[in-house]
Amino acid sequence: MEQYYDLTPLLNLIHTWLCGWMPEWLALTLEGIVVGVFILIMYAVLAIILIYMERKVCAAFQCRIGPNRVGGKGGLLQVPADVIKILTKEIITLKNADRFLYNLAPFLVILASILTFSCLPWNKGGEILHMNIGIFFVLAASSIGVLGILLAGWSSNSKYTLIGAVRSGAMIISYELSIGICVLTMVVLSGTMDIQAIVANQADGWNLFKGHIIAIAAFIIYLIAGNAEANRGPFDLAEAEQELTAGYHTEYSGMHFGFFYLAEYLNLFITAGIATTLFLGGWMPLHISGLDGFNQVMDFIPGVVWFVGKTFAVVFLLMWIRWTFPRLRIDQVLTLEWKYLMPVSLVVLLLMTVCKVFGLVF
Amino acid sequence: MGITLQEIAFYAVAVCIIVCSVLAVTTGKILRAATYLLFVLFGTGAIYGILGYTFLSAVQLMVYAGGIVVLYVFSILLTQSDKDMKYHIRRGKLVSVLLTTLIGAGLVLFLLVTNGFALNLIPQGDELPVEQIGQALIGTDKYQFVLPFEVVSFLLLACMIGAILIARKEEKKD
Repeated sequence: MEQYYDLTPLLNLIHTWLCGWMPEWLALTLEGIVVGVFILIMYAVLAIILIYMERKVCAAFQCRIGPNRVGGKGGLLQVPADVIKILTKEIITLKNADRFLYNLAPFLVILASILTFSCLPWNKGGEILHMNIGIFFVLAASSIGVLGILLAGWSSNSKYTLIGAVRSGAMIISYELSIGICVLTMVVLSGTMDIQAIVANQADGWNLFKGHIIAIAAFIIYLIAGNAEANRGPFDLAEAEQELTAGYHTEYSGMHFGFFYLAEYLNLFITAGIATTLFLGGWMPLHISGLDGFNQVMDFIPGVVWFVGKTFAVVFLLMWIRWTFPRLRIDQVLTLEWKYLMPVSLVVLLLMTVCKVFGLVF
Repeated sequence: MGITLQEIAFYAVAVCIIVCSVLAVTTGKILRAATYLLFVLFGTGAIYGILGYTFLSAVQLMVYAGGIVVLYVFSILLTQSDKDMKYHIRRGKLVSVLLTTLIGAGLVLFLLVTNGFALNLIPQGDELPVEQIGQALIGTDKYQFVLPFEVVSFLLLACMIGAILIARKEEKKD
């Protein structure tokens, strides 16, 4: 298969050009800063797109129109207006709260989110953090976020936030297991933890089809657990307004609340992005064996379009789930994980290993 | 300039680790101490990353930062803890603590001065392939560790069964 949109030569060219007229360490620092700013801009822009999409999708499922006034017919400027509004809001400080931890908590949540975000494979050669343990690093980095949630709940010095934090914390820690085992299943299938290599392995067929029914089971478990990881419905019990107001971020205002909100939406995107990478071939175009002309046309579409397209398809799927199912109670949430999802995912892992050893996968 | 980017990163992380370790033991609030401990563990993970041992770096993040500190925080949240931990320290204790610290620092400095930094021994910029780690963990040759690996997994299984046994509610006998 030919690659028309490999980014590696372009990036190497920029690097050698920079090294030509400045020392290498300066060039590296400069590139690091540019990439960092790029990540943050992408992060903010994607959050705006996702929030707009959520409001429209939610409206569609509830037979409403959604935002439709600000900025023309579609309400396109509604979310940017909200962003400007939240930026001007005051960040309040609470009496009797642990000021340091209270201010730190949103940053821990956003740190975990940004670290995992930078591991996503956007294109061939277009991954920002590339290591040979990539997918394992994603799991490790995403496990930091729960600390931010726990600290936020405790340091706000309010019973609602504390109960909300303990609930969310218990749920996220539990569902991390299922996610980890599902990721391991796909690592077994691909034989590598390197994200780019996992994607490259799927050149002759996405993992979802390669691992036939076992991979589909793993995909479904991953989506359920991923929805819980991102604290979204039907697992958004932290935000059960009737009992807990807004869960762990009740006492936050302004951009501190904005960080939690951003992280929630970007975690949704990251969950979908990792699902795309592991199961749907990442930036690999769709190929149907036998239709060579069709395959060639598909090759002309850049990898980043494929990746973003697939990811948004999965995001839509997750939003569909969110606005369709009623919220679970905390005991139901934990029962679902420990009595059903985890045993099933362990069996899936075992079956996948057996299939891989005996060469029963494609 | 004789200093590389890697060395700058190392010193920055090292300073961060030292400051946070000191803060972790001097702070008056138990949850803050846990948070500073978290930063120390981040720093350790970063050091592994600088050495090119990204696998251990991720393990450090996952097991310590994402596992053990979360466990600490959870247990602090669920138990009644005194908000202030300002204990009165007796003079004898203080002197012995200072003495131990000084001897420890002296030993470390002596080793550093006589042997130099190990940073120079490690191939820089390389990443240890994960296949090699896997082979070492479950191989039976020299410098391969299948027996400790299995023993530890057995120990963990025993711990889990024990924890479940303790946490399980007693069934009421009629």
